[in-house]
Amino acid sequence: MTRAVMEKKDDLFEAMVEFGRSAELSGPTWLKERRAAALKRFEDLGLPTKRDESWRFTDTKVLKRTPFVPAVADASPGVDLSDLSFSTFGEDRLVFLNGHFAEELSSKNLPKGIRVRSLATALQQDADGLEPILGRYATSEHEAFNSLNLALFQDGAVIEVDPGCVVESPIHLLFVNRAADGPLLINTRVLAVCGDNSQVSLVESHLGLPGHPYLSNGVTEVLAGDNAVVDHYKVQQENSDAFHIATFQSHQGRNANVRTMTVTLSGAVVRNETNAVLGGEGGWAELNGLFLVGEDHHVDNFTRIEHAKPHCDSREVYRGILSEQGSGVFRGRIVVAKDAQKTDSKQTNNNLLLSDEALINTKPQLEIYADDVKCTHGATIGQLEKEAIFYLRSRGISESAARSMLIYAFATDVVGRIKVESLREELDRYLFSWLPKGEVVREAF
Amino acid sequence: MLEIKNLHVRAEGKEILKGIDLKVAPGEVHSIMGPNGSGKSTLANVLAGREDFEVTQGEIIYRDQDLLDMDPEERAREGVFLAFQYPVEIPGVSNTYFLRAALNAVRKHRGEKEVDAMEFLKLVREKAKLLKMDQSLLSRPVNEGFSGGEKKRNEIFHMAVLEPALGILDETDSGLDIDALKIVADGVNALRNKDRSFVVVTHYQRLLDYIVPDFVHVLYEGKIVKSGDKDLARELEKTGYSWLQNGKPEIQPVGQ
Ligand SMILES: Nc1ncnc2c1ncn2[C@@H]1O[C@H](COP(=O)(O)OP(=O)(O)OP(=O)(O)O)[C@@H](O)[C@H]1O
Ligand SMILES: [Mg+2]
Repeated sequence: MTRAVMEKKDDLFEAMVEFGRSAELSGPTWLKERRAAALKRFEDLGLPTKRDESWRFTDTKVLKRTPFVPAVADASPGVDLSDLSFSTFGEDRLVFLNGHFAEELSSKNLPKGIRVRSLATALQQDADGLEPILGRYATSEHEAFNSLNLALFQDGAVIEVDPGCVVESPIHLLFVNRAADGPLLINTRVLAVCGDNSQVSLVESHLGLPGHPYLSNGVTEVLAGDNAVVDHYKVQQENSDAFHIATFQSHQGRNANVRTMTVTLSGAVVRNETNAVLGGEGGWAELNGLFLVGEDHHVDNFTRIEHAKPHCDSREVYRGILSEQGSGVFRGRIVVAKDAQKTDSKQTNNNLLLSDEALINTKPQLEIYADDVKCTHGATIGQLEKEAIFYLRSRGISESAARSMLIYAFATDVVGRIKVESLREELDRYLFSWLPKGEVVREAF
Repeated sequence: MLEIKNLHVRAEGKEILKGIDLKVAPGEVHSIMGPNGSGKSTLANVLAGREDFEVTQGEIIYRDQDLLDMDPEERAREGVFLAFQYPVEIPGVSNTYFLRAALNAVRKHRGEKEVDAMEFLKLVREKAKLLKMDQSLLSRPVNEGFSGGEKKRNEIFHMAVLEPALGILDETDSGLDIDALKIVADGVNALRNKDRSFVVVTHYQRLLDYIVPDFVHVLYEGKIVKSGDKDLARELEKTGYSWLQNGKPEIQPVGQ
């Protein structure tokens, strides 16, 4: 019996297969072929269950029972975007409503040497240029959702930075999601191709508006040429009933520097798979994450760093703050290939549990095939320190402010790694409003 | 200022303080001495409001209020300050900025105007100078990586900024070299006035040469077994505490 048959009862699975088969798969011939193959893979894989090693800690039952339908273009978000946190960073902003580019809400004031287009437009204008890249890096053969995205995506963002081009201000991709009439499947897709010696910062924010549940299913591919410096951030604040499942995939050349940070603020079930490949000597890859999990929400961070070439460094710092019945997962795989000598890799995952019912599963996984490497990893799970709370209270600070100060201090280790100042300030503002007595905390930092 | 009456305290089922009586008037300095484990820190921590301890009997009146009915932060805002025997390290929380939040909490409680960033910096500089605190200790996280002596000095720095009515110093002299001891003592003496009182826990006469106490009490097995003036400390320096074991110590109640 194949997996597809076993999982046949999944509404989501059946609906998607049905949809994929009946819909005309759009795009140039090569893309149609790739989409058909992806759909086939999706059918073969079925939706993940807890029996899948990489999904062991994440329950997809509710997701599977929800009758999502693929989102079509939405004319208006129904709110003033500037009222939303994480909606405005500088001048260059591309807005996507339910995954579809909304030109009238976007603004571009780009310097020479960088092009930013919607994926639908890019496929019309320049299909041949995308052929060797699109969907070629975020392959994750085992990933059903990733395949589903490739099969069904309709739009997204394409960022191309010319070799040697240094882009000063960050490029902001704002994804606004809203399921007004019923559960929606929203595919988002980002492709960034950064030439040799180029430098650019990208900020993705994924914001959910109240409404029905939806599944935001994203794929981001980042290619960094030799010597390129790419700084990528993703902040997500999906609505409380939403699912967010995404794959980030970077591939970097010689001496390139790629940093990515995933900030998870809300969503019923969130899973971010973050994969980085160090594909040239002398590269630096940094994966950072901050996740706040409350209510009965669940956040799964599944990361993988592949050292394919010698003399590369990787750094990974993930911090989780879990409260109420929130649950979280951190999985950190580091793979060091046989000839990736002189690899220097460091991974840390620290978790703060604020309630007795909160839960975290943390698991490093090192696969080292080279012999001259330095790989360290460490994970901690702790609670707020009583001694520290008493010390702060003994100075006149209220108990709730003292707790909030310690929580904020815990988060700053990751927040401080944000190099886009406007984003760091926005995240600080968010934390100060999220934390009880945040105004006192603000004063203390 | 402070009146402790028949205070009995337990921790984890064990009775630690077994009936303490102590009266501290405004402007007085009381020193508490006594062997290791006699309950000095327990007393200091109960005054500051640590919750690990259970008060089974007795009461503490602080400026006409029931101290035991107040949260630690309320006590601090009402002017009680504890300089810890073992100050904790708090990574990620700046020594200076947190102190501003604390000072403003205290000021707000007293109905005073909150200090702005400029005023606060001026105040901090002045107090840091008084205690010859290295500038770097101000910007670092609270006590993180501070040496033992630096931690103690930092406690007095906090006290100098917060200007409490009652300062409780728990072995602030331990771990200080002679120069640092003098600086810390000068810092404390600068705060002495006719309204402000201190309870100074120490093992050594040395500190009391600089911070001259009005009364000295000996705490032994959870009780104050002897009280006297500053000469008692000098006497203890010579005799040690061995006399406590030899039969019943002579009990002298405190009076003023
Ligand atoms: N939280 C606690 N739980 C159980 N026992 C405690 C606790 N705190 C203190 N004690 C015990 O109470 C007694 C008094 O301790 P305390 O720290 O008050 O002594 P001290 O006089 O300050 O000693 P030292 O001079 O060594 O600082 C000791 O036997 C100690 O082990
Ligand atoms: Mg002690």
